[in-house]
Amino acid sequence: MAGLALKNIHKSFGKVDVIKGVDLTVEHGEFVVFVGPSGCGKSTLLRMIAGLEDITDGELWIGDKLCNEVQPRDRRIAMVFQSYALYPHMTAYENVGFGLTLAKTPKAERDAKIREAARILQMEHLLDRKPAQLSGGQRQRVAIGRAIVRNPEVFLFDEPLSNLDAALRMDMRMELSKLHQDLGATMIYVTHDQVEAMTLADKIVVLNGGIVQQVGTPMELYHRPANLFVATFIGSPKMNLIEVEVKETASGMITVGSQTLDPVAIPAIGAVKPGDTLTLGLRSHHLTLGGEALTGTVALVERLGNETIVNLEVAGGNALIAALDGDTTIERGSSLSLGFAPQNAILFDASGRALDEAVI
Amino acid sequence: MSAKSTSKLQKHTLAGWLMATPAVGLITLFLVVPFLLAFVLSFTNQRLVSPNPTQFVGLSNFEQLLGVGTLMLEPERDDAGAIVRDARGEPEYPRVRDYTRNNPDYLQLSGMRELAAMSWGENRLVFLARDVVFIKAVLNTLAFVAVVAPVQAGLALLLALLINQKLRGINVFRTIYFMPVVVSIVVVSLLWRFIYAGQSGLLNTLLGFLTLGNFQPVDWLGNPATALWSILAMSVWQGVGFHMVIWLSGLQTIPESLYEAADIEGATGWQKFRYVTWPGLRNTAVLILIVITMQAFSLFSQIDVMTKGGPVDSTQSIVFQAVQRGYVQQDIASGSAISVLLFLIVLTISLLQRWLTRERN
Ligand SMILES: Nc1ncnc2c1ncn2[C@@H]1O[C@H](COP(=O)(O)OP(=O)(O)O)[C@@H](O)[C@H]1O
Ligand SMILES: [Mg+2]
Repeated sequence: MAGLALKNIHKSFGKVDVIKGVDLTVEHGEFVVFVGPSGCGKSTLLRMIAGLEDITDGELWIGDKLCNEVQPRDRRIAMVFQSYALYPHMTAYENVGFGLTLAKTPKAERDAKIREAARILQMEHLLDRKPAQLSGGQRQRVAIGRAIVRNPEVFLFDEPLSNLDAALRMDMRMELSKLHQDLGATMIYVTHDQVEAMTLADKIVVLNGGIVQQVGTPMELYHRPANLFVATFIGSPKMNLIEVEVKETASGMITVGSQTLDPVAIPAIGAVKPGDTLTLGLRSHHLTLGGEALTGTVALVERLGNETIVNLEVAGGNALIAALDGDTTIERGSSLSLGFAPQNAILFDASGRALDEAVI
Repeated sequence: MSAKSTSKLQKHTLAGWLMATPAVGLITLFLVVPFLLAFVLSFTNQRLVSPNPTQFVGLSNFEQLLGVGTLMLEPERDDAGAIVRDARGEPEYPRVRDYTRNNPDYLQLSGMRELAAMSWGENRLVFLARDVVFIKAVLNTLAFVAVVAPVQAGLALLLALLINQKLRGINVFRTIYFMPVVVSIVVVSLLWRFIYAGQSGLLNTLLGFLTLGNFQPVDWLGNPATALWSILAMSVWQGVGFHMVIWLSGLQTIPESLYEAADIEGATGWQKFRYVTWPGLRNTAVLILIVITMQAFSLFSQIDVMTKGGPVDSTQSIVFQAVQRGYVQQDIASGSAISVLLFLIVLTISLLQRWLTRERN
């Protein structure tokens, strides 16, 4: 039974600092996703947990064991690589059983474990094939099978789905979720795709520039992003940002407005005074027809069936994206007014940090 | 290039041929023609310069080169039937030449000479060859290939594995190991004559120094027992860097993630080599074995510079003999026949290697 603790982890390659002090606890059995843009250090962090990269500074605890200097094989982890890292000259069966072969596990036991993993992943019929004779999704299964056979405390996945096509990715996502439930093991999963993060994670760790931006459940990140980076990274379409000026502050209420936006009182707490400039964040899905707060010209309409995405050009050259009901009939070029519930709006200060929500 | 100009060029095949002419001409002149000529001449009695017309002689050149036989000699006995012994107590045997010269009962051995002999019970088994020097050249070359191929390939792989590490200053080692390759084999051979020199050669001096003077100097190139192996050691040293680079290119095609996965699975260094590296080098290994084998079969320059086939024919090689016959003895037909034989040997061995190292499913 192993959780994980990272304490002030640093990593530099020569003079370049890639991970700049990460603190994180992962509970046993949790599905944690590291998400962030390409190059932010997700893989590096994962590889440090695996033991494939040295830890420059800080402590890594797996279970109750300090693992900084422990060999990868002794960390009770298994890793699934983006490239699958299957051995081309071995069959799927041999690939899955590779670790057992190395450990000279008796043949019968090895066979039983391989077949059990194949059963879990429904790939019994693929065991005789070599990787070259498998499709991307099937190779992925073999790679996961190899991880399962190790019976690890912690599964590590580095962008395991990014080489698959969209439909397959969705299937595999669901299977991974199910696998997590069935095995009950701790899983750490790296991706640059926020949809994967939202759908899979118990807990998301948003990384940028080697620094943890926010740790939280998918819903926390969606509704209460800690800063502008998280706000725009999580959620699709991207959160709308409007520059606003503080008009008035009252207890638990900050009234803001701008050329674009009629003054509106937002429940938020922060050390701001009238005249300060803030950024107002509004999710596309929180914009509704029938309000009067924002008015503009429709620049583009995308009908997706279940919803209609509208690009609205508002005064001051700003553009907003609204996700409206699928049956809405809106013409390009027409004028449109939208509203929102004030408690759905988020205010960010000049440094990009979100102001605290005031509970009304 | 537009579709139109492509089709225009395709219509004007003449232009294409003209452009290819210099290359095709040179290849024909210096590769195709000599190759075919060697085949044709090996069935004639052509000499380099001769007033007599060339005649077709069938397979006789090959029969001359390859003729071998064995002869079982029984010890001489006196009238009582006891074995006659010489002063040292060794049995005496009849002379070989009594069988190979003008002996109507042994016509098939006529003209052969003794190649080697061994005891066979109280009898003596004699191996005979029509062309003793050539057979020795073949045996030497085969021994050379049989040792050079695995030793050079293995050593090159070892060096490649060593310099494939991410260490500071590793490029210095890469350069050092590769340097002998850049130097001409003729120059290398000349230099190594000093190393191997009999009395005050570098190697003898070094060995004497290391053994505090207990080492008896050896005339490495002048001793039939050491000459071929000395040349072999030098050849391996000279060629190993080249094959190291080929191995290295093979090593670098193996994805790093395969090693990382092996690390996580708990593979030892040896297991990583056995399960990841070696299978990943299969094609490279085939290539290297074939290249080394062919290079080793064409052993010539070292011999020509260092020993000229001596001492006592202990370093004769096939190509050296081909050149000796063809140009020194002006017997083009025999030289051609040797070349054809070499071609057939190399072809057979290459096909055999490919077959042995084929992908098995
Ligand atoms: N072995 C390495 N040597 C030097 N720089 C590296 C190395 N590995 C990764 N980096 C750098 O570290 C940063 C983070 O890389 P990585 O963790 O792979 O990002 P990602 O979040 O896309 O997985 C990148 O800027 C990358 O260039
Ligand atoms: Mg990555």
